[in-house]
Amino acid sequence: MSALASAAIADNPWLAASVRIADVVTEFAGVATYYLQFDEPARATSYGYAPGQFNMLYVPGVGEIAISISGGLASREGLAHTVRVAGNVTQSLARLGKGDSLALRGPYGSAWPLDETRDADIVLVAGGIGLAPLRAVVEARLDGPSPRASTTLLYGARSPDVLLYDREFAGWTGRGLHLQCTVDRPHRLWVGHVGAVPLLVDRLSGIAPANCALFLCGPEVMMRYSVRSALARGVRKEQIWVSLERNMQCAVGLCGHCQLGPAFVCQDGPVFRYDKIEPYLDVEDL
Amino acid sequence: MTQHDRESSPSMHETRLLDKQDFQKLVDLLWDQGYRVLGPTVSQAAIVFGEIRAIDDLPRGWTDEQSGGEYRLKRREDDAWFGFVVGPHSPKQHFFPSRVTVVAADRDGDAWRMRDVPDDEPPVALLGVRACDLAAIAVQDRTFMHARYSDPIYRRRREQALIIAVNCTQAASTCFCTSMNTGPRCSSGFDLALTELPDCFTVEVGSPQGAALAALLPTRPADPQALRQAEIARQHAVDDISKQLDTNDLRDLLLNNLEHPRWSEVATRCLSCTNCTMVCPTCFCSSVKEVSDLDVEHVERVREWDTCFNWDFSYLNGGVVRDQIRSRYRQWLTHKLASWVDQFGVSGCVGCGRCITWCPVGIDLTEEVAAIRETPV
Repeated sequence: MSALASAAIADNPWLAASVRIADVVTEFAGVATYYLQFDEPARATSYGYAPGQFNMLYVPGVGEIAISISGGLASREGLAHTVRVAGNVTQSLARLGKGDSLALRGPYGSAWPLDETRDADIVLVAGGIGLAPLRAVVEARLDGPSPRASTTLLYGARSPDVLLYDREFAGWTGRGLHLQCTVDRPHRLWVGHVGAVPLLVDRLSGIAPANCALFLCGPEVMMRYSVRSALARGVRKEQIWVSLERNMQCAVGLCGHCQLGPAFVCQDGPVFRYDKIEPYLDVEDL
Repeated sequence: MTQHDRESSPSMHETRLLDKQDFQKLVDLLWDQGYRVLGPTVSQAAIVFGEIRAIDDLPRGWTDEQSGGEYRLKRREDDAWFGFVVGPHSPKQHFFPSRVTVVAADRDGDAWRMRDVPDDEPPVALLGVRACDLAAIAVQDRTFMHARYSDPIYRRRREQALIIAVNCTQAASTCFCTSMNTGPRCSSGFDLALTELPDCFTVEVGSPQGAALAALLPTRPADPQALRQAEIARQHAVDDISKQLDTNDLRDLLLNNLEHPRWSEVATRCLSCTNCTMVCPTCFCSSVKEVSDLDVEHVERVREWDTCFNWDFSYLNGGVVRDQIRSRYRQWLTHKLASWVDQFGVSGCVGCGRCITWCPVGIDLTEEVAAIRETPV
């Protein structure tokens, strides 16, 4: 693509770049991770993102959808996007396979504050496929120079067979991740916790509240009660970040769909420091 | 051109007089310069923006009567050309079209390629824009031409447009621009601003383009008597305004009253019909739809106006966030009057009163705010 065409991408926010599915990994029924590579090599090298940001994936003839970036490099294995089949676009995505073409624009939105929390003990709190935008955080923390601070993942799912990325858990813990999983409905071989994610926050130990940070992503009710537990255990609101989900269509603050109070979740979020968004999080139907 | 004419060419902020018998020359000049001239016309029992090719296209001798849920055209006793206020249309229709293709995709072998779809709408001259709508354009500029992203269609149309404003000389019962500090006097954002007098217009120059245009018109210097007459005419509009919105601390008042019982009360009257957002000159929400040919080889992405009053506007993961009219009305009003300030540094309301007039049940946002102000929770 010529330099002129690249400039046009910057001018028209709706112009997405052609990408190809380099690989598809089925996580469990209804959830798959797509590794996407740009058709144009120059885009692959110029594309950068920060964990927490999202892309708009476009299936022509069907529509666009906002999907957070779950790690991967555009110039190597491709950008990872974990998608749960929910609506038209995700159903169409599920019918695509390795080598198929679609389009992508991004990255958009705010990121997890990894620099700011470099020396803090980080507690990741995830529910269901809410782990997707935190996977790149796990990778970034474990890949970094010998960490002076710990990384803990408190992760909950409905049942053991719908734990996302569980094939990677052993590798993560081997590289220093403290991992605790809980499920609502265990099976006979399950040896982890049973119950809701906030219970894991209640039982957490060995972390100094003054020097920690919490990153949360999952159902809003899970985040609300996890935050309540964390606050009760001496963590300040300014040490907590949440990733929110709203209907996003333009991703650049022009279409109005994703508003939550004064925030455009697509631009001001999806990652918010808790104290900044708290007044609007608890208002029903806002 | 004589030496005298050159010396008397209009300069910025100068006010001149244009005789009504010469007004057609202005319209002709705009078309000659390549502008499509859009201005007030009578159509579908309302005054709406339409093409103006001759002065006979203007609603001469017509006026509008507006109140909550009511709009009626009436014959005037005089022959005034601009003796009415704002109708259901606004400049938004042109700059932010209700339906437009934003991008296209074509299948190229086994790959999809996206392409720009350039907007080819010719430049327009908007004639008869009122002060509230000048303010609305400035509000939408902040939405569609902000620093990080701008909308190419809006930006192009906006930059090419010429704006000839007209000062109001009367007000409707729904007008409250004085509360929002947006009018009725046109103070900025125009190329030319006119005030209608019985036989002529005062012509105020607001930009270099306006000055260049005025220089080609047979204007004459404004005498003090004409200026005084114009001032009196404009004061009529100020004196005519009866509606008020107390904007004192309005943002905090609304955002601190998200659970006020008034939201449930107004929801018993609101039909969630979307009229208020369609006629609002600043509402900017939209959705993009896929329009493809039958074998899905060529796809256009078409942007259409959407609104927070549509049930599925807040669709998320198989449900909707704002399922009740209560939460949809609350979203609209708190966005318009409160969170808009956080987002764009100004209120989203310019006091044009359209949402009151065109609400089928006559809901008046100034009354809703007053009710919350009376009994904050």
